[in-house]
Amino acid sequence: MSSPREILDLLEENARYTTEDLAHMTEFTEDEVENIVTQFEDAGVITGYQAVVNWDALETDGERVRATVELNVALDRETNYGDIADRIAKFPEVTSLRLVSGDYDFDLTVEGDSMREVSHFISDKIAPIPEITQTVTHYIMESYKEQGMSFDDRDDDDRLSVSP
Amino acid sequence: MTLEPADRVDAVPPSGIRRFFELAEEMDDIISLGVGEPDFSAPWAAREAAITSLERGQTSYTANKGKRKLRERIARFESAQHGLDYDPDEEMVVTAGASEGLDLAFRALLNPGDTLAVAQPCYVSYVPGATFAGVDVLDMQTRVEDEFKLTREVLEQSGAAEADALVYCYPNNPTGATMTGDELREVAAFCREHDLAVFADEIYADLTYEHDHTSIASLPGMRERTVVFNGFSKAFAMTGFRLGYAMGPEEAITAMNRIHQYTMLSAPTTAQHAAIEALDSCLDEVDEMTAQYDRRRNYVLSRFDEMGLDCFPAAGAFYAFPECPWDDAGEFAESLLQEEKVAVVPGSAFGEGGDGHLRISYATGLDDLKTAMNRLESFIA
Repeated sequence: MSSPREILDLLEENARYTTEDLAHMTEFTEDEVENIVTQFEDAGVITGYQAVVNWDALETDGERVRATVELNVALDRETNYGDIADRIAKFPEVTSLRLVSGDYDFDLTVEGDSMREVSHFISDKIAPIPEITQTVTHYIMESYKEQGMSFDDRDDDDRLSVSP
Repeated sequence: MTLEPADRVDAVPPSGIRRFFELAEEMDDIISLGVGEPDFSAPWAAREAAITSLERGQTSYTANKGKRKLRERIARFESAQHGLDYDPDEEMVVTAGASEGLDLAFRALLNPGDTLAVAQPCYVSYVPGATFAGVDVLDMQTRVEDEFKLTREVLEQSGAAEADALVYCYPNNPTGATMTGDELREVAAFCREHDLAVFADEIYADLTYEHDHTSIASLPGMRERTVVFNGFSKAFAMTGFRLGYAMGPEEAITAMNRIHQYTMLSAPTTAQHAAIEALDSCLDEVDEMTAQYDRRRNYVLSRFDEMGLDCFPAAGAFYAFPECPWDDAGEFAESLLQEEKVAVVPGSAFGEGGDGHLRISYATGLDDLKTAMNRLESFIA
């Protein structure tokens, strides 16, 4: 028996499945699929649809630089993690922001067109925030897997084309 | 003497659709729905265990029956999964694929001149295997109106009462048909009444979508007359590891092992290490792959319905077996391949009973499946 959760699994696997595809794969009609997706969108369960892009595979002259940044913060009575996160998340250069356990507090990913741009963003916009006590920047040299998708060349399917 | 094929080899004709296979192999960029194996790779943990075993130099023969640890794991798995309890020491042999197990059973448990009743359409190796063993074959054609299930009527009408043994595969390749416990009870009663041994090929047992698999060996009075075959190829997507097993009464397994120990000696050692890990830690991945197949099955059956292509609701394995819109399924498959670059297998490849049908494997990614279905739709429009 199909469940609405199955629609989420399928869209997470491939956001380009059409309503028709989803109806074919489950026991829902197209109208039901449409309703389920709308409900998930309205409830904030589905917050957007994105392609997983391997920028390294794009043959252009331009550079796209990404860095993960470890941030340590010092809290006071008026400021909590959420306040700091609100402030940092508003920068368009920040593509992900997470509060993490361990040696540092926040883990953020920053994107820019050059190392200079990323460095300046961190030194000019992030580091000066009063509660931030330390930043450690790691430039991403190569991506092998993003959001569950491997970027290595898929093995050719060398199974027999037809087999009994 | 010259190196001419022996009579029993000559008696097995080459596949009737060999030309079609060759054609498919020559063409580039085809989308194949003709492949009888998963498109997933074996679970990584199993592959890792195989690599580790090689790094540790575990490259010698194992016990003829297979590593004790593997047999224990299989016994535990079969008990939990299918309610079958077999002694890993005396009632089990690990083989190079379930196919080797079936070959051993035909040769070790049947005498030349005995009759093996074969439920068709069926996996292509049963009839040649019986011929190689010098065993006579009794064709039993299951019918689309029975959803390709083996019924008492089919058994009676085909004269199976006179046979010595019966071989079948449910969930079935090529039809995707399954049998419920109640339906198997009828078959079991017939086999007890007429004293038939049963070779139950359960290689697709864990790929069922509508109801859980029932093994005939779990039914009253059947354990002592049944050999069950299973393996890691389908559910665990480990076809290339070539690892299967057979379970049955001690006497039968001892006889089968007698041939096995002189021919195969032992199943591939590296594969046995992988299989132990597969049983220990990869059952969740089997569930995930099964869920994927189920979605693909729904997709394919739903598209057939829209195209007006009759197909009974295949409920197991990863095949659908729709009726072919042309009289000659071989011609249809060949034209579909040449004009639309989609490979499907004509049902006749699996015996006379498959005539007029197409075997469509949905062990292919959904994107390719979608393109293939679109092409099929425009081809038959």
